[in-house]
Amino acid sequence: MLLAFLVVIAFAVIHLRDLVAIIMLAGLYSLVTAIIFVVMDAVDVAFTEAAVGAGISTVLMLATLSLTGRLRREPRRPRALIPIIVVILTGVTLIYGTFDMPHYGDPDAPVQQHVAPRYINDSPNEVGVPNMVTSVLASYRGFDTLGEVAVIFTAGIAVMVLLMNRRRRSPDEDKEQS
Amino acid sequence: MFTAALFAVAVAMILCLLRMLLGPTVYDRILALNSFGTKTVLTIAIAGFLMGRPDFLDIALVYALINFIGTIAILKFFEYGTLGDESLEESE
Repeated sequence: MLLAFLVVIAFAVIHLRDLVAIIMLAGLYSLVTAIIFVVMDAVDVAFTEAAVGAGISTVLMLATLSLTGRLRREPRRPRALIPIIVVILTGVTLIYGTFDMPHYGDPDAPVQQHVAPRYINDSPNEVGVPNMVTSVLASYRGFDTLGEVAVIFTAGIAVMVLLMNRRRRSPDEDKEQS
Repeated sequence: MFTAALFAVAVAMILCLLRMLLGPTVYDRILALNSFGTKTVLTIAIAGFLMGRPDFLDIALVYALINFIGTIAILKFFEYGTLGDESLEESE
């Protein structure tokens, strides 16, 4: 049901020409994805998906649109045969690959066997944080998280530098600064 | 009873989606988006009660807030054509 929603929205995004409508539909897509995550009991992932996908990225995309135009050009129609064949082949291969995967929620899956029991059993004593996901992110994989934060910080600084450059080039501000 | 409610919300979601796709004007789409977000909140709340975890209500609240921010951003974009960065607008 929800996956059918996703398919419909994706086709609409491809089909439409109005970029604002496309942005709204993309936000909708994230909301539906977040519902699927909640139904699969991955509440924290759903939180992130809703906040980033439906909230922030909609706002960022709109800010981009205010700098560019609103309608997209009709794309040229290239020969689509070879790309379609490649896409279908890749999809079939991936689906074939999923046959070997364990079922969803299978207790014998390698994911549940490897380090998860240790996290579940020992993390309250070793770390003392009630939430298991938090203890994994902040303690067991602390350096990993630190690196991620550094990457995001760098990206934010880069974007700010780009935007400030653009602002400084406007003529009347140049006079004020020189 | 929760199942029936979930079904009703799903039907409402389909109707909102249709209006979103067909919507002749942008305002139809904004309204559809907003009410679809509300349906999302309802779905999460009902699913929480259906699965016996009423603490999903908190998540539903956060979704309502996010939905509100998105709608405000879109409306502001249509009112002013920008998201409040006047210096960029003047430079063009």
